[in-house]
Amino acid sequence: MSKIKELENLYTQGKLSRRSFLAATTALGVTAAAVPGLGIAPARAAKKGGRLRYGSAHGSTTDSLDPATYENGYTMAVNYSIQNHMGEVDANGAIQPELAQSWEASPDAKKWVFKLRKGVEFHNGKSLEAEDVLASVAHHQGKDTKSPAKSLLKQVKSIKADGKDTIVVELEAGNADFPYIMSDYHIAIKPSKDGKINPTDGIGTGGYVLEKFDPGVRTTFKRNPNYFKSDRANFDEVELISIIDVAARQNALTTGEVDAADRIDLKTVHLLKRKPGINVMETVGFKHYTFPMRTDTAPYDNNDIRLALKYLLKRDEMVKKVLRGHGVAGNDHPISPSNQYHAKDLAQRGYDPDKAKFHLKKAGASNLKVQLSAADAAYPGAVDAAVLYQASAAAAGVEIEVVREPNDGYWSNVWMKKAWGACYWGGRPTEDWMFTTAYAAGGSWNDTFWKHGRFNELLVAARAELDVAKRRTMYYEMQEIVSNDGGVVVPMFANYVFAASDKVAQPSKLAGNWDVDGMKFAERWWFA
Amino acid sequence: MVAQRLVLGLLLIIAVSLILFLSVELLPGDLAEEILGQGATPETVAAFRRELGLDLPPHERYINWLFGMLQGDMGTSLANKRPIAELVGARFGNTLFLATYAAVIAVPLALTLGVLAALYRNGIYDRIVNIVTLTSISSPEFFVAYILILFFSVKFGWLPSIANLGDEHGFAERVYRLTLPAVTLTLVVVAHMMRMTRAAIINLLASPYIEMASLKGISKTRIIVHHALPNAWAPIINVIVINLAYLIVGVVVVEFVFVYPGLGQLMVDSVSKRDLPVVQASGMVFAGVYILLNLSADVAAILTNPRLLHPK
Repeated sequence: MSKIKELENLYTQGKLSRRSFLAATTALGVTAAAVPGLGIAPARAAKKGGRLRYGSAHGSTTDSLDPATYENGYTMAVNYSIQNHMGEVDANGAIQPELAQSWEASPDAKKWVFKLRKGVEFHNGKSLEAEDVLASVAHHQGKDTKSPAKSLLKQVKSIKADGKDTIVVELEAGNADFPYIMSDYHIAIKPSKDGKINPTDGIGTGGYVLEKFDPGVRTTFKRNPNYFKSDRANFDEVELISIIDVAARQNALTTGEVDAADRIDLKTVHLLKRKPGINVMETVGFKHYTFPMRTDTAPYDNNDIRLALKYLLKRDEMVKKVLRGHGVAGNDHPISPSNQYHAKDLAQRGYDPDKAKFHLKKAGASNLKVQLSAADAAYPGAVDAAVLYQASAAAAGVEIEVVREPNDGYWSNVWMKKAWGACYWGGRPTEDWMFTTAYAAGGSWNDTFWKHGRFNELLVAARAELDVAKRRTMYYEMQEIVSNDGGVVVPMFANYVFAASDKVAQPSKLAGNWDVDGMKFAERWWFA
Repeated sequence: MVAQRLVLGLLLIIAVSLILFLSVELLPGDLAEEILGQGATPETVAAFRRELGLDLPPHERYINWLFGMLQGDMGTSLANKRPIAELVGARFGNTLFLATYAAVIAVPLALTLGVLAALYRNGIYDRIVNIVTLTSISSPEFFVAYILILFFSVKFGWLPSIANLGDEHGFAERVYRLTLPAVTLTLVVVAHMMRMTRAAIINLLASPYIEMASLKGISKTRIIVHHALPNAWAPIINVIVINLAYLIVGVVVVEFVFVYPGLGQLMVDSVSKRDLPVVQASGMVFAGVYILLNLSADVAAILTNPRLLHPK
């Protein structure tokens, strides 16, 4: 996969022609469709105008404009339309300054200085100043915040303004990836008044001004004429419509009721592709599906049992049957082929009942019986994946009982409560972020309750390391440790599949950090 | 009598609110956990609960809610702080619009088909009407909806596949965009009313005064429309009202398929996120509709029945 990434980078940088790119990728056995952005003509100049209507698979009447509650694809699209962040993840997965003009770290990566962009205005006319950033960050800190970004910001020892457009952040320990953290999608920069933001006012610096927010139904925006990025936010108006039902969403797209839609049904995507005028797109992101085991609970506290179970699933079959080929097999660690330090040399674990039997014997558990909890709330097809797992594990005499859990309340009652279950991760743009969130000892979302001395040492050391080569070695070792010792089975990484009418044009390369061009389609796309 | 029924109705509504409250309490998890989803940590959930007042014991929350409600204050949505009266009001307006639209098509259609079926009973017309309406009522609503969408929007492109409406759409646009949902609902409810009309009339046709009328040589049509129908109104009205109530409270599947922002969708969303005040308010509206419609069915049955109208 990394070879392809390399080719892809050459292609997008114009160092490789489309023809030789295609030839090279075909030689590698990859179709062009697997590579984001290639199905689409190379970059054209963006045009202004038109009203984009977008059908979202998310959206609920209980959605709120408060950045601390952003959780689903719908609120994220609203967020990225009306608000900006300190930085943004570009199509290559690198962080670029957005509201910040630039940033700089001290040699130990403990002190970060952010310079703010000048001349940026909020929708209410207020100019962007350091106090706005401080108030926006403070919304996610402290005893009374409900924000998921709170745990990310725990590493911040102090955050201060130095004049009107400089922010100085001191961290508890060095973090070379801190600009990614400061740009977390929750930490939208909003205007402050008396040191506080009004979280639900819908005002930001973004490319679109919020017109009407009707949660669970639709949201309308108008272009922000004073937007600081002159080549972005090209639509005159944008309408986000919540269409939860997948058949309704695809019908709306094929009948021209909407111009773009996300979460295409993988079972029928081949039919949708045949429709003239519809452009189906796919990006390889960080999203992965997992089966976390609680390593603090028997029998999963024994690594031989964990390894045996890791040898007992047919990953390629799952990619083929659950994802219909729209994904890649996982290697029992959470770092995607799209991540910068993906351990490409780590041998891919395959289906091997003999090795599983060996480990089971070592653990003295030849007739292992376990329960696996699953619900489609974990990810679409989780129950099917669990049943496939059950079938392939039977070959080694392991009896997996699939427990079908209710979708309702899955995250509060099953995930991290049952000893073994299904889960998904949207993934994170940096290795450190992903590992810290779900694998660091004592982390709130360490869903395997895993504690590994060497891993946790490396985590802290790699975080503060500014030398790329040294970091790479450390992250490679960490991926190996998680794969061979961790409590998580990662069967697959799922691609993002979405579609638009061919009247809508996209940049030649789409971002994969989130669904639909990093959820920034409203800002980055235009009508051809 | 009407006053007594109204008071009983009010007590019933309060009982319904208590049952709703207890059932939502029984569901696992609360709003703080549901909204934060996978991103919930014990700390953030606790902070969210404090903010929402969810840390109070259940009986205190219920009594607070009930007092507010009795003073006409429906409160605000826990999830996004919007006033519930506004939220429920707009959605209920949408639901009523669709229900009225469907009823305007379905009720006259069902009555006409029913009277004709009684007139030509056991004939080929009767059988065809029965088969068609029974087939449409036996198919799940979403299936009927998908079939209609397949033909009328995807294949022929005559009607929009989703009823996505905003404030800027006028009456004509609303009617146009809601045609498919209204037709779907019509197909679902027409059989029930048609069959009742047919059965009630046929039932009366065996009675002596109808035999008398036909012995006098009055035409079949006149017997049915002038002599049988007035006495058959009571059961027909009951069935019509039950179906009207269904059009208001039971159409969440159709709302879902056509992406129409009605009250049903609001209630389902609120239950799944445990937004209790909104669930309660929607439940009150639905219960109120049922009680009022039932009451009006009884009043209408009295008004249309000569014997009940002039008791000896």
